[in-house]
Amino acid sequence: MDRIPILKMGDFLLVTIQVDLYDQLAENLETDLVNAVKKHNSKGVLIDISSVSIIDSFMGRILGNIGAMSRIMGAQSVIVGMQPAVAMTLVELGLTLTGVATALNVEKGMELLRSKILLSDGQSDDDDDNDTE
Amino acid sequence: MTTTLSKEDFLIVKEQDVVPFRNKVKDAAVKTGMGILNQTKLITAASELVRNLLKYGGGGTVAIEAVNNGRENGVRLVFSDKGPGIADLSLAMQDGFSTGKSLGLGLPGTKRLVNEFNIQSTVGEGTTVTIIKWKNG
Ligand SMILES: Nc1ncnc2c1ncn2[C@@H]1O[C@H](COP(=O)(O)OP(=O)(O)OP(=O)(O)O)[C@@H](O)[C@H]1O
Ligand SMILES: [Mg+2]
Repeated sequence: MDRIPILKMGDFLLVTIQVDLYDQLAENLETDLVNAVKKHNSKGVLIDISSVSIIDSFMGRILGNIGAMSRIMGAQSVIVGMQPAVAMTLVELGLTLTGVATALNVEKGMELLRSKILLSDGQSDDDDDNDTE
Repeated sequence: MTTTLSKEDFLIVKEQDVVPFRNKVKDAAVKTGMGILNQTKLITAASELVRNLLKYGGGGTVAIEAVNNGRENGVRLVFSDKGPGIADLSLAMQDGFSTGKSLGLGLPGTKRLVNEFNIQSTVGEGTTVTIIKWKNG
């Protein structure tokens, strides 16, 4: 069965999606990521979707799930590199991806992850306002 | 009037048929000279409808057609299944309505993404959804 590789970089996990996702691949990624966050006690997950040319409601929901589950396990997540045509199409489809933080590229995504982690560490007693950007 | 320039039928019976089908839709869109945004809208719409066809219709066929309306070229897709059909079409077309515990975005969202959208369904007989995306639509 095909799987998308998950790279561990210090406290972070990095996933680069190079192919258009089909359902099984997306579902595997969802479970693999959750397991990896748990195993490595990761603080952040960065998903690079710059090679993805299609996101429909199913895949959008998977991305949302990954964000929500990471959050529950104490990790921040950021999706980077969404193609403009994909972003515009998602809006018209009606999928808002609320709760999913996004950034322009990997570099900006890393910055965002670090600042989100600082923020959540700083207020770990008084949390629960993980707003999106 | 819309004339059909070419037509190809695609059988969809399992999830693994979806990616090759999407690639065929992309090829057809590229052939019309469609820009990347309209291509993306068309392929996303096709992806939603083929998902419905598999999930609710139990599989079926999709006709991919190159069409022309006298002014420009476009792609017409006809999704046909012999599944249970839809009892209340206007309900199914509403944002957020789903019998599959899902987001209920597929049908109304698809309608927003294409230029022409037609759905016909008979309970016990099946469902046919036809969409057209024009090159500059
Ligand atoms: N081909 C079909 N055959 C039978 N019923 C269908 C078919 N397509 C859609 N439906 C019905 O219409 C409802 C709405 O479909 P729609 O695609 O808008 O939402 P969904 O598939 O439930 O959720 P989403 O597409 O957001 O994952 C479905 O829940 C289902 O009851
Ligand atoms: Mg659907």
